[in-house]
Amino acid sequence: MSTLAVHDHGLVHHEEGHEHHHKATFLNTYVFSQDHKMIAKQFLITGITMAFIGMMLSLLFRIQLAYPDKSFPLLETLLGRFAPGGRLSPDFYMSLVTIHGTIMVFFVLTAGLSGTFANLLIPLQIGARDMASPFVNMLSYWFFLIASIIMVSAFFVEKGPASGGWTIYPPLSALPTAMPGSAEGMTLWLISMVCFIASSLMGGINYVSTVLNMRTKGMDLWKMPLTVWALFLTAVLGVLAFPVLVAGVVLLIFDRSFGTSFYLSDIVLNGKVMPFEGGSPILFQHLFWFLGHPEVYIIIMPAMGISSEVMSVNSRKPIFGYHAMVYSLIGITVLSFIVWGHHMFVTGMNPFLGGVFMITTLIIAVPSAVKTFNWLATLWRGNIRFTPAMLFAIGMVSFFISGGLTGIFLGNAALDINLHDTYFVVAHFHLVMGSAAIFGMLAGVYHWFPKMFRRMMDERLGYLHFWVTFISAYLVFFPMHFMGLDGVPRRYYAFTEFKSMEHWLTVNVFITWAAILAGFAQLAFIFNFIHSIFWGKHAVQNPWNANTLEWTAPVEHIHGNWIGEIPTVYRWPYDYSKPGHEEDFIPQNVPFSQTMSSNMPHDFEDNPEGLEEFNKWTSTQKANEEVK
Amino acid sequence: MGFKKLITSKKALLLFAATMLLGSHQLMAQAVAQGTTTAGTPDSMASSGMWTGVLYYVLLGLVGCFCIAILGKILKVYDLTLTMQGKKPINWNSFMAVLCLVFLIVGLYGAYWSLTVQGSMTLPKSASAHGVDIDNMFNLTSALTLIVFVITQVLLFGFLFFYRASDKRKAYFLPHNNTIEKVWTIIPAIVLTVLVVFGFFTWQSVENSTNMKGDLNIDITGHQFAWELRYPGPDGKLGQLDYRLTTGLNKLGIDFKDRNSYDDLQADTLVLPVNKSIRLNIHAQDVIHSVFMPHFRLQQNAVPGLPTYFKFVPTVTTDQMRSETNNPKFEYLLYCNKICGGIHYNMQKVVRVVSESEYQDWIAKQKPYLTDQLKQQLKVAAAKSSPGSLSSNKLALNN
Repeated sequence: MSTLAVHDHGLVHHEEGHEHHHKATFLNTYVFSQDHKMIAKQFLITGITMAFIGMMLSLLFRIQLAYPDKSFPLLETLLGRFAPGGRLSPDFYMSLVTIHGTIMVFFVLTAGLSGTFANLLIPLQIGARDMASPFVNMLSYWFFLIASIIMVSAFFVEKGPASGGWTIYPPLSALPTAMPGSAEGMTLWLISMVCFIASSLMGGINYVSTVLNMRTKGMDLWKMPLTVWALFLTAVLGVLAFPVLVAGVVLLIFDRSFGTSFYLSDIVLNGKVMPFEGGSPILFQHLFWFLGHPEVYIIIMPAMGISSEVMSVNSRKPIFGYHAMVYSLIGITVLSFIVWGHHMFVTGMNPFLGGVFMITTLIIAVPSAVKTFNWLATLWRGNIRFTPAMLFAIGMVSFFISGGLTGIFLGNAALDINLHDTYFVVAHFHLVMGSAAIFGMLAGVYHWFPKMFRRMMDERLGYLHFWVTFISAYLVFFPMHFMGLDGVPRRYYAFTEFKSMEHWLTVNVFITWAAILAGFAQLAFIFNFIHSIFWGKHAVQNPWNANTLEWTAPVEHIHGNWIGEIPTVYRWPYDYSKPGHEEDFIPQNVPFSQTMSSNMPHDFEDNPEGLEEFNKWTSTQKANEEVK
Repeated sequence: MGFKKLITSKKALLLFAATMLLGSHQLMAQAVAQGTTTAGTPDSMASSGMWTGVLYYVLLGLVGCFCIAILGKILKVYDLTLTMQGKKPINWNSFMAVLCLVFLIVGLYGAYWSLTVQGSMTLPKSASAHGVDIDNMFNLTSALTLIVFVITQVLLFGFLFFYRASDKRKAYFLPHNNTIEKVWTIIPAIVLTVLVVFGFFTWQSVENSTNMKGDLNIDITGHQFAWELRYPGPDGKLGQLDYRLTTGLNKLGIDFKDRNSYDDLQADTLVLPVNKSIRLNIHAQDVIHSVFMPHFRLQQNAVPGLPTYFKFVPTVTTDQMRSETNNPKFEYLLYCNKICGGIHYNMQKVVRVVSESEYQDWIAKQKPYLTDQLKQQLKVAAAKSSPGSLSSNKLALNN
């Protein structure tokens, strides 16, 4: 392994020499860039744009839920036929819910999160000059952008965007006449998703091969920061799971356009007997959730990795139980492939299978619990520095606890009977993978902003952004649990048709205003973000006094990351506040020979020569002490 | 001193004042314009009124942003003056730590408030036999998770407050501790095993009842956007269905070659006799729907091409529930709980649980599916296709 790595460096170095002969034009620096740092920024900015679109959509349907009978002429002016008389139409409401879910899950929290931080951090933290294949990496971004444009363009087709829910269960999504959104809008959704998966696969393969083959000298797997571990395992999950969704989507395209019956059988639509026979709608659900469940871990694992790193840096303490953290990530990765059936307890799947999936689902709670306790132990007796990134990482842990615990209800098949598809589910996943993952992402943005843009973000605006978002997210999602416990189904256009739901209308108004408040808080972020890119304080090389390799790279961005040789790694990334060392951090590229006073026997577990040196040094120290 | 500095930062103030002026001016102009165009069409008036409203809210938002910006400036200036005077500037780090503690206390109270106030707005006690088991399971899970919730959140925010940064201290270097890691792997594993075992047996007892037919078989069929009910007649049996036979009159596609179907009854309300075992046979015609009766802790998807069922025993009559909930208008309801189109939110059906005698009275009044009109149509159809009808029948069977 190490000889290979050395060989690689020589090669890349050579190529880099070539690079300098190319003229850096605007087009190849900012648009068709193959530099991983630029691609990361492209992913981030596209992701933030999509997040704002997704958020605006959610505010639109929140207004409908709070004021189901009120007319807002502005809506008609803005949305035209989708909001006749200033009220959203029921079909458009469904479209909003669908596209909000799709954008947030795939475009923001998969591509926006993994795309940004895998691109930025993998080469910088493992000590590589770029990704294994920079060209494929660039393609990955462009496919993502095309997918985003197609997804949003669905708002401009006559019948509106897809509206069958982000899970697009057939037959609703397969029969173009079943609802307006199942016509051209659905076609666009499917095309967009195929492009998206192509992007995700190209990215994922690149991340995996970079991590496995291009680590710098001394960077063995057990010296990688948890961010890299998390992003690596996320990429593995994506590479294994996403192709299954392509298969499902392609079969759905066949059913829609070529008259096959993979998912369709015994259908009478609008009084007309349809010719489909022999298919099964449940098959689609199996294919969808075989991706869909790993997908939620694809979303949360990078957030976990980022939070681990940020919390360790800012509590000036090593992450507690590094090995346990890695093993629980691996455990989650493996288990996430055998739990998909818990989305299907009441779909008509064999009840025995339901029981099996319940067992696997509750097992996956164990590694999640271990991670939570390890985070708490990391904070214990730390020297905690509240940067905005730290606050967002803490918010991520808080949401992960609150939302994760309700997962224990939903993973239990017996309880799921009455909670399935209610607001309890909405509350659960918005906390555990929505809010938690977006907080992880924001923590990453605040923490690595100096690395990305060479300037610092404003701290106090960050504080404001954090507290308002954090509090309003709880205000939005906490009451939803109780709506779910009252049996209020999700995806309902209005709560006025059932007497039993009317007492939740006031709560809906409250939630909507909390959501609007959260929306306003994002303005503080976007102002801070754009302002700091151009006018922020200049960053120093290692603004957070962190150990990982990216902070040994110069502030100036150069293609190839380091001038001269790539630093060699000697130690794990979490030597914070090591006793015997003057400063409270020791970067990974500092050899043990320079830190004799703080070395411990534990540091030389797989290094007998070092241990000998260490023993010699300690015995001479002791002798000196006695002389004194 | 601080305020003097603030006044010197005239730029922001000027800008703010100018916007305020401009805004109010525009609002006034709008109002005047509105006043003068009262003779205009109501449409244009409404739209101008709308824009006034929009402008008002945009201005309000801007004012809010300015207030925050000014507050930020004041803080910055205050901070600077403190450093100039040689005092310590604001310690934002400790301030955040205090906020964490405040959030913990207020948040825990908020959670308690929500649990008690909104928690009391949730479903009444289970109206079915199996629902009691589910509720017990729910209570056990709630108790365990709430304990963990409180402990972990208290530790999280408590640590943040107590271990906030200080120059005098260095963090405690603690990379791992295998004993405690083993403890907190094994304890959650044990707790989850308990929950899994209880959950598994509850689930089995609720779902696994294939060999029991049920005292009463009722067909419920979902389509966009309503539910159709089919009760068995005096023979107690439901006739066969074949979706190919669906027509305007025979909307469920009942196969009237099957004798059992002759007396099948249609109904508007799902009326159930109390303390009888009911088997709901669940069908869907067009897209997936879901039969959701939260009061009975019952949910099962209706899937086209895959008939499903749910067996349960209602134990509380509608009248009893009315007196228990102190709501004379209380009704059990059946919702559709799987997205099925635009009107998904309004596929309701009233469910009424009554005593056996009331049920008998009610069922006697229901009309059969085989109406005179349908009989006539079937006869015509039979006459048309009488030669060779036998062979086509066989063909259909082979399929």
